[in-house]
Amino acid sequence: MAEIALVEAVQLALARAMEEDETVLVLGEDVGVNGGVFRATDGLLARFGDKRVFDTPLAEALLAGISVGLGAQGFRPVTEFQFMGFFYPAIDQVANHAGRLRNRTRGRLTCPIVLRAPFGGGIHAPEHHSESFEAMFAHIPGIRVVIPSSPARAYGLLLAAIRDPDPVVFLEPKRVYRAPKEEVADDGTAAPLDCCFTLREGNDITLVTWGAMVQETLAAAETLSGQGVEAEVIDVATLKPLDMATILTSVEHTGRCVIIHEAPLSGGFGGEIAARLADRGLVSLTAPVKRVAGFDTVMPLPRLEEHYMPSARRILAAVREILEYA
Amino acid sequence: MTEIASFAIEYRRFLDPDGQAVQPLPAFAQDPADLIPLYRAMVLTRSFDAKAVALQRTGRLGTFASSLGQEAVMAGTGAAMRPEDVLLPSFREQGAQFLRGAAMTDLLLYWGGDERGSDFAGPREDFPICVPVGTHAAHAAGVALAFQLRGEARAAVCVLGDGATSKGEVYEAMNLAGVWRLPVVFVVNNNQWAISVPRERQTAAQTLAQKAIAAGFGGVQVDGNDVIAVRDAVERALEQARSGGGPTLVEAVTYRLSDHTTVDDASRYRDDAEVSARWKDEPILRLRRHLTDAGAWSKEDEERLIAECGEEVEAAAEAYLATPVQPVESMFDWLYAELPGDLAEQRAGLVAEAGLAGGENDG
Repeated sequence: MAEIALVEAVQLALARAMEEDETVLVLGEDVGVNGGVFRATDGLLARFGDKRVFDTPLAEALLAGISVGLGAQGFRPVTEFQFMGFFYPAIDQVANHAGRLRNRTRGRLTCPIVLRAPFGGGIHAPEHHSESFEAMFAHIPGIRVVIPSSPARAYGLLLAAIRDPDPVVFLEPKRVYRAPKEEVADDGTAAPLDCCFTLREGNDITLVTWGAMVQETLAAAETLSGQGVEAEVIDVATLKPLDMATILTSVEHTGRCVIIHEAPLSGGFGGEIAARLADRGLVSLTAPVKRVAGFDTVMPLPRLEEHYMPSARRILAAVREILEYA
Repeated sequence: MTEIASFAIEYRRFLDPDGQAVQPLPAFAQDPADLIPLYRAMVLTRSFDAKAVALQRTGRLGTFASSLGQEAVMAGTGAAMRPEDVLLPSFREQGAQFLRGAAMTDLLLYWGGDERGSDFAGPREDFPICVPVGTHAAHAAGVALAFQLRGEARAAVCVLGDGATSKGEVYEAMNLAGVWRLPVVFVVNNNQWAISVPRERQTAAQTLAQKAIAAGFGGVQVDGNDVIAVRDAVERALEQARSGGGPTLVEAVTYRLSDHTTVDDASRYRDDAEVSARWKDEPILRLRRHLTDAGAWSKEDEERLIAECGEEVEAAAEAYLATPVQPVESMFDWLYAELPGDLAEQRAGLVAEAGLAGGENDG
């Protein structure tokens, strides 16, 4: 089995889903002939034809809106937003329609759609191309927010998202689009939604993260292990709805928790996890819950972006501070 | 100078405000007896609107948007559609929805604050009312794309207001419909007022119909108080759409005789004299004159119809008022196909709270 990158795993999952279900469509700007700006849809037009793969006019609200219409008619569109920074005009459709259609019609019309977007910094992209606003989506009722962090999970979670009968916002950390690679079996097996993945077990501290920060966190955990500290690393994967049980169980035996995300600190999804720990896990905690996050600034242009995004070093500093509590 | 593009917008009317035919009537309108169902649909809508406003004024219905004066747009559109087409209304299209088979009780439930009101027993694929203005235009394009992909001879009908034509999303949807020749008809109910903003402050364009030209398809303006003109234009547009000829925009020029909704007070921004003057153009009077002149309608017919519609509306209102409130936990039960774990916890909390409150009431 060959090792593939995350973006190739996305492509593999799309092809598999289109193969197994003819109602699965791919829509977006430049997803057809060009195969997507990151090549996530490369080859799909040639393989499945122009009745399944659509280059749309350049209009993001429209992309989400036609997906809602197609979804209500029983299609399963997988719609690409070129960069998360261009997703904002479509939030109206997600919040006012996609997340509400099943509820407001009492199940008469449903919205089995997937809205994909690459997100996050670290690839020296132009302005508006590096943002992380997953927390805005996580606040919207009726949808799922899913973020893979490795090629295998991208493959499995995207298949699960496409097969899911409800709308999914699927955010792909583009900093890890090309590397690291791993072996992915293209056997059509979906990964579970609504569930965290424990990537590394440890008894001393729980590190909770998602997206591209998983790599930084695993690197920090490796360093800590060399210093005799065993960190448990949890990839949240589905932010909404949140699998808090896995996080609480981990914190019950470690007593410490640091949450790491690239998005701005205030109002970030780490705050929700910290609040639930305060609500349900306080008696297990032997130290404050610490968040390592982006600053409450505008995402800087590439010359300074390395200083914005949490690094393994910044994670280690937070962990050391937390370990100082007896 | 070389002219590289030009266009003209056609205006269509069959009946003048006195009900006189100004040109040969289309086939469906030649026998006056065939127009009676359209007349009935308009009268029923007006009865319904009056009842809904009365229910709101007496605290038994929430905010409601009357279609007073615009009944011809709704009846003409609804009558032009086939059952297998899909209607995507905004929030003033009850007249069209009734012709599609949506129950009056359902719409009262919706405006009365109950989600079950959008679970129409009749037109199962029709969209529910769309409150965020113009956001349903893209849904119509998506529905039309679904028809096109399946090779079905069906069309989507999206009804918008004049205000909605200022929204970018509406143009985005029209643009796509033009490029892909989607089977969709955009019906613009130009009732002159978007709450307090008049049509001339909405756009500098001469007509709203010509907005279709920029999107690469045809637009037509009709007298929106002439139900024959509305039905004829929408029917032609639908035939074109179903046969692969692409989209059309039908601008129906009418007038909102009521407030925007029951929470609006139009006297704050428009003269009563303007409104009074518009009553002479209203659509029900026009068709009644036409039918009466043709000997197809009598005073007795009118009285009987008013009584029938009143009874039908009363029965619907009684059924609405007698519908029990949904269980509190129903707010969770249609959010996802299966309730996720963290929501199950919240639901259990609400059920427990409601149980406690019930106990207190019992005590």
